[in-house]
Amino acid sequence: MRITKRAATVALLTAATVALSGCSTTASTTDTAGDCAPADGTVNLTFTSWIPGIEDVVDVWNEANPGIQVAVQTGPNGNGGTYANFFNQLEAGNAPDLGQIEYDALPNFRVQDGLVNLASCDGVMDAQTDFVDWTWGQVSFNEDDAVYAIPQDAGPMAMFYRADLFAANNIAIPTTWAEFATAAEQVRATGSYITNFSQSDINQFAGLVWQAGGTWFGNDGNDWSVNLTDDTSIRVADYWQDLIDRDLVSTQPPWTTEWDNAYNTGAAWTWNSAAWGANSIASGAPDTAGNWAVAPSPQWVAGDAASGNWGGSSTAVFTGSEHPYEAAKFALWLNTSSESLTLLNESANLYPAAKSGLELPVLKEGVEFYGDQAIYDVFATASSQVSPDFVWGPTMTQTYNDVSDGFKAAVSGNGTLAEALASGQTATIDALKAQSIPVKE
Amino acid sequence: MTVMLVFTLYFLVPIWWLFVAGTKSSSQFTSTNPLWFADINLIQNITNLVAYRDGVFLTWMLNSALYAGAGALLATLFAGMTGYALAKYRFPGRELLFNIVLGGVLVPATALALPLFLIFSQVSLTNTFWAVFLPSLVSPFGVYLTRIFAAASVPDELIEAARLDGAGEVRTFFTVSVRLMFPALVTVFLFQFVAIWNNFFLPLIMLRDETLFPVTLGLYAWNSQVNQIPELRGYVLIGALLSIIPLIILFLLLQRFWRSGLGAGSVK
Repeated sequence: MRITKRAATVALLTAATVALSGCSTTASTTDTAGDCAPADGTVNLTFTSWIPGIEDVVDVWNEANPGIQVAVQTGPNGNGGTYANFFNQLEAGNAPDLGQIEYDALPNFRVQDGLVNLASCDGVMDAQTDFVDWTWGQVSFNEDDAVYAIPQDAGPMAMFYRADLFAANNIAIPTTWAEFATAAEQVRATGSYITNFSQSDINQFAGLVWQAGGTWFGNDGNDWSVNLTDDTSIRVADYWQDLIDRDLVSTQPPWTTEWDNAYNTGAAWTWNSAAWGANSIASGAPDTAGNWAVAPSPQWVAGDAASGNWGGSSTAVFTGSEHPYEAAKFALWLNTSSESLTLLNESANLYPAAKSGLELPVLKEGVEFYGDQAIYDVFATASSQVSPDFVWGPTMTQTYNDVSDGFKAAVSGNGTLAEALASGQTATIDALKAQSIPVKE
Repeated sequence: MTVMLVFTLYFLVPIWWLFVAGTKSSSQFTSTNPLWFADINLIQNITNLVAYRDGVFLTWMLNSALYAGAGALLATLFAGMTGYALAKYRFPGRELLFNIVLGGVLVPATALALPLFLIFSQVSLTNTFWAVFLPSLVSPFGVYLTRIFAAASVPDELIEAARLDGAGEVRTFFTVSVRLMFPALVTVFLFQFVAIWNNFFLPLIMLRDETLFPVTLGLYAWNSQVNQIPELRGYVLIGALLSIIPLIILFLLLQRFWRSGLGAGSVK
């Protein structure tokens, strides 16, 4: 399955590139920010999302809003093919009205003029206060008077850890990365690993850089800048490289049976992951139920309170939609109403980007798998500590692939994580230039 | 002998693994020997899969059967008629036509998917049954095989005789020639069936409506969600197991035909 997936990604990327090279000349009818008015009569919208069970949520809306009927379309997750489809559809002029887009992919759609600026749509600007600050930064790119999507969910990061094993071996729960390295030595002495360094989830690594205060991209309104190799990123890379070199962390490929098994058998003790990761551990390591707990991520400076983010998506309105007013209305309801957020959390473990969502009763309860700890309180705090300054680049799929190739080589002893970042930096600048995206070196 | 044994294992172990994995409950999946059984939960797993989301998996299986069954049948018919015509009739441009078709064998289906999407968009046929069905009716390899086979196995004298007896060209084709070309036609059918059943990229690009998905795309979509909805992993496994059963049955049923068909095409 893995090989098929990779082949499909390559094929899709090729296809998307073909589509895009034709796209850049024709995209001039966008940014209709001044023009977001309600239509007469019943409006029919199409909405593409890959969240399982989202039909049930949309049914609730359709029931209550006979004038704005939404039809759900579905497919694999974004990088699994749906983004490439979006670009193809934009090129063919039959994109859906609304689509789910992860934060890291939004800039790509933005530079291709695929998104409608919703700022002038009724209620959109007022909604800013309803969302966790940094998620709003992700959809507005910190531009003035601009909103290119409505935040949906977020992945604030914290540390899942085996409370029982730490206690039994008398090892303190690390609160700083320095303590984490010390604890790693102590854990290794028991024969286990403190965590697994994910060689292919560059998104997770980006979350760690995000926490450390780094940012990989910048946009001054004209030019993009790429900073994969700034001091912060290199410091984080060197930190993990050191743990890898000393065999203090395992390096199993993530999301595999072996990886699950390592957590299930106590061979790995912690996982720095996002709120949605709670379910991954619970289902991947069922034998360890009751033994896990969640603590804030270790800090670089003792006493700090910074968090990173891993994942999360938004609901965007595509260029060419004839009904941005109604589409924005639906997107706001989908991502702020407690009814919708509860359903989304039940069906897909989405962790809301709306402030009100963080107070959902279901997110206040103790979770059995985590020894009845109210773990989402930790994530709610983490969410408020995520820096709003982190910016994604317009060619993230390529960046992930390049850095991930380097990381895979590094964990098998060829090169280092820092070198992987350096080659990712070069490749990303090349990719931006190849797409005629202005970039500052 | 050893080499063959190794290769047999190489091919069979993944299927064995899939079968074993399909019988396990999700908690035993990660914690038990991947190549041997734990508690047998096969029936339970299938029941869960079929019940999940109102049986959307069954819809996918039926879609695949329809795309692949009807598509392969029509593709075989068209390829057979074309191959027969190219072998048995002399007309200007015959070789050119054949060479163009042969060229079609070389173009990977993946490369055509995007242009097809743009064309189907123009006529508003994307996200419909036809978007996947129509392109699968074309089989350049089928034309090639049936032409070779018709040239070798349908004697001109027999066609002459049929004509003398008063049969029209169409009737001659369906009553006389098709029978003689049967092994080749079965081979084409089988190849095309497998190709459509396994086709993934075209449906991925064309289809948005879950109820139109073939089983490959449906399972892929689920598999891409495993990070967030871990129980899907079990469904993907058991679904993948079920999805190869029709192919195995078809191969077993038709193997005596296609063996001779494949051999004949290559030797003569």
